[in-house]
Amino acid sequence: MLAHTFIEGTPETGPAVSSLQAGKPIETAVAGPWRLIWTKFARNKVALVAGVIILALYLIGLFAEFLAPALPDAARPQFTNAPPQELRLFVTEQDGSQRFQLHVTGYTMSVDQVSLRRSYVIDENAVVPIGFLVKGAPYKLWGLFPSDVHLLGPLKSTDTMYLLGTDKLGRDLLSRLIHGTRVSMSIGLIGVAISLCLGVTLGAISGFYGGVVDLVIQRIIEVISSMPTIPLWLGLAAAIPLSWSPLTVYFLITLIVSLFGWTGLAREVRGRFFALRGEDFVTAARLDGSSERRLIFRHIMPSLTSHILAVVTLALPTMIVAETALSFLGIGLKAPVVSWGVLLQDAQNVRTIAGAPWLLMWPAGAVVLTVLAYNFLGDGLRDAADPYES
Amino acid sequence: MTVHPLSTGTQPAGDEAPIVLSVEHLSLDFRLRTEILHAVRDVSFVLRRGETLCLVGESGSGKSVTARALLRILDRNGAITGGRILLGNQGEEIDVAALSDRDPKLLQIRGGRIGLIFQEPMSSLSPVHTIGSQIIEALRLHRRMDKKQARAETIELLRQVEIPNPDKMVDRYTFEFSGGMRQRAMIAMALAADPDILIADEPTTALDVTTQAEILDLIKRLQVSRGMAMLLITHDMGVVAEVADAVAVMRYGRIVEAGSAEDIFHDARHPYTVRLLNSTVKLEQNQRTAARAETSTQARQPVLSVRNLSKVYGASSAWFGGNSHALKAVDDVSLDLYPGENLGIVGESGSGKTTLGRLILRTVEPSAGTVTYHGAGAPMDVTALSKQGLKAFHRDVRLVFQDPFASLNPRMTVKEIIGDPLYVSGKMRGAAIEARVAELLTLVGLDPMAMERYPHAFSGGQRQRIGIARALALDPKIIIADEATAALDVSIRAQILDLLLDIQQKLGLSFIFISHDISVVRYFCDRVAVMRLGKLVEVGTAEQICTQPQHPYTQSLISAVPNPDPRNKRMLHRTRYVA
Repeated sequence: MLAHTFIEGTPETGPAVSSLQAGKPIETAVAGPWRLIWTKFARNKVALVAGVIILALYLIGLFAEFLAPALPDAARPQFTNAPPQELRLFVTEQDGSQRFQLHVTGYTMSVDQVSLRRSYVIDENAVVPIGFLVKGAPYKLWGLFPSDVHLLGPLKSTDTMYLLGTDKLGRDLLSRLIHGTRVSMSIGLIGVAISLCLGVTLGAISGFYGGVVDLVIQRIIEVISSMPTIPLWLGLAAAIPLSWSPLTVYFLITLIVSLFGWTGLAREVRGRFFALRGEDFVTAARLDGSSERRLIFRHIMPSLTSHILAVVTLALPTMIVAETALSFLGIGLKAPVVSWGVLLQDAQNVRTIAGAPWLLMWPAGAVVLTVLAYNFLGDGLRDAADPYES
Repeated sequence: MTVHPLSTGTQPAGDEAPIVLSVEHLSLDFRLRTEILHAVRDVSFVLRRGETLCLVGESGSGKSVTARALLRILDRNGAITGGRILLGNQGEEIDVAALSDRDPKLLQIRGGRIGLIFQEPMSSLSPVHTIGSQIIEALRLHRRMDKKQARAETIELLRQVEIPNPDKMVDRYTFEFSGGMRQRAMIAMALAADPDILIADEPTTALDVTTQAEILDLIKRLQVSRGMAMLLITHDMGVVAEVADAVAVMRYGRIVEAGSAEDIFHDARHPYTVRLLNSTVKLEQNQRTAARAETSTQARQPVLSVRNLSKVYGASSAWFGGNSHALKAVDDVSLDLYPGENLGIVGESGSGKTTLGRLILRTVEPSAGTVTYHGAGAPMDVTALSKQGLKAFHRDVRLVFQDPFASLNPRMTVKEIIGDPLYVSGKMRGAAIEARVAELLTLVGLDPMAMERYPHAFSGGQRQRIGIARALALDPKIIIADEATAALDVSIRAQILDLLLDIQQKLGLSFIFISHDISVVRYFCDRVAVMRLGKLVEVGTAEQICTQPQHPYTQSLISAVPNPDPRNKRMLHRTRYVA
């Protein structure tokens, strides 16, 4: 038998804890759910970096006119398929001394008379001085504010600078890529916004009411998601009249892409609603007299917002890829609208890839970078979405 | 702080059973996000052959973690930081604490030398394998039997744990078993390798009282016949009194008091042990008869009358006409609730007591019968109310939930939670809500300053107080408390019950108190209704039901309740009800 023993002294009032590092006081911060999500998210460094990249891309898209050295449609027939120029820092003067001057070197171009192919050789002597905040081609920022200041450009507005090379019409690829960022990044946003509205509303209704409503909505989702997407996009896009303005086509394409993108979100939301509508706190709110709309939006939806955010972040890259694919196939956006897909259209044949690989490399690189960044960000958000897990 | 030995420290070696396992100064740390939790500190005890040691404590006291440390199945962020776990092994001793995680000896010990029974048998048995195949696997692993032998042995084991028709049940799946049967199967599995030590971690907490009594009986009998040492982990002092030889009381990771069952129950020295015992024993008395002299209930008008209420599931005419599986969850129940009265509804799981509560609130639509509410105005027929009428009814009749963690929206502050019914009813806005919430928080014994915080910052008991404050927000007449104290620790349970009684005195409420816990009902209620399989078996005053039950089912139910006194074990001479 156990000997009767007991501990004397004042009873303890709480569990014994000590700080992670000796000497440091224990932090007991009071934090709301969003604060907790943020602290958990910030610990995932990859996701954080991805988030910064995404943010940078949106800023580039937002200030595209200012950041692009030239207008996206300014063609110079004398510089078709010109290779990228190198940005250099020092100029060698005629006396041999070195002077700091941001510049690119010009080309000398020769045409092969047999194949009619142009080849460019760097001309060390033709110095094109470059400067920040230079006056260049006039533009209207967001179509509202007239300006002619560019972040980076040749000091003399008649000079040219092609940091990423040019396309077959002699247009600056860098400027087109920057302008393409605006279209490609925003098409994802608008598309997802439409999918979000559709998906959350239909998913919420389906999950909250259940029964026949749920049955009908779920069958619709199944029908939609069983359709092969590419031929369907092709068909719908082909139905757009050629005479419509590029802007209308742009919105129509977003609509088409998003009409098929909401099903996944709807299912996710429905599942969460199914789980949550049986929770005690929802029953409590119902007994408190809350209307169904209040139940859905005030009581259940806040528990979902972080999940929806994560799902949306993962849905964005699929939208971007969809647009790119459609435009690449020539049935999405069309010139004069510039998007990454439109840019890739120029790199459709082997000859271009052999002769001007930059036309494939940069737009494709931009798509890959964006999609990867979104996926990492989405994963990070999803992990952080449930702040009370650990 | 010093440890005080009271009785003789060294025992005479002759009449003591041999030590099978001894834990010496065991300490365990958990690395959390913001701090290191010393979950177990300097814990020492011994397990003897054929004896039962009960580790008692409330949630978070470190009792389960201690047991898991014996098998070295800790979560990844936990580590043993000191002490030894010595397992006797035919003369030589193994220090389990020093073994490496992949040591083959450890695998032998798990399941082989030490068997473990979990609280929730459903989640610890695989749903995709038959009961038999799971036990056979253990036998083949630990006792190196061939398939045929193992099957015969499995059937024998199932017979030992008193599962009827063991040769048929061996091929059944987990979901075909009831809770008690599953726990029996779990015990058979733990016994498969013929262990020296059986660890039972809250083995009966998820079970009904009568099933609990049977399982405890079974464990005790098996232990004696096999001469195993047992470590029983529980929070229920009643269970301890029924089965323990020795008791160790844990709190905040330390054993605050240890001794024989007799010592602990009749000579408790540590203030925490005393408090724990008091809150258990306190529930054995009826607070209501002491508080109020006599209420001649018959003379007055009931505030709520339930007449012939029934709920049938699965009886609605199906497409193919078959309704043979209709389940009568509530069957022809008639009840009256008088103003200022506490009516208890007790029954085991599946007796329909929760459904009855939901039917009264009409969150579940009744199949037949009426509920009449005599509120301020004319009598209301609840079963015929429109949506608007129901809203008004729900303002007067409120519900307090069982699980304080699930019933509060984690994304809303306490102010928003308690203020929500006020806002929705349109009674007040802005600062008025804030003032009312502060008033309610003070009423339930919480600091009004806490209203800006989120529920996760509160303990279970505090959360239940918030839930009560929400129920009180609209000045209700009746509160239906559905297992409102079941998820709470014993000492907190008593506090919450006292709070409810206090509020009742102040506000003149009536309670319908639904519970499976007879002692809670006895403490809290004036009258008690006993339910079984949807039917009302017996209604009477709390004292009469608990001391002189008339119906044989009630008698068996009451006699199965463990008595927190080792000198007067109630379960040994309990009556069994055969329907």
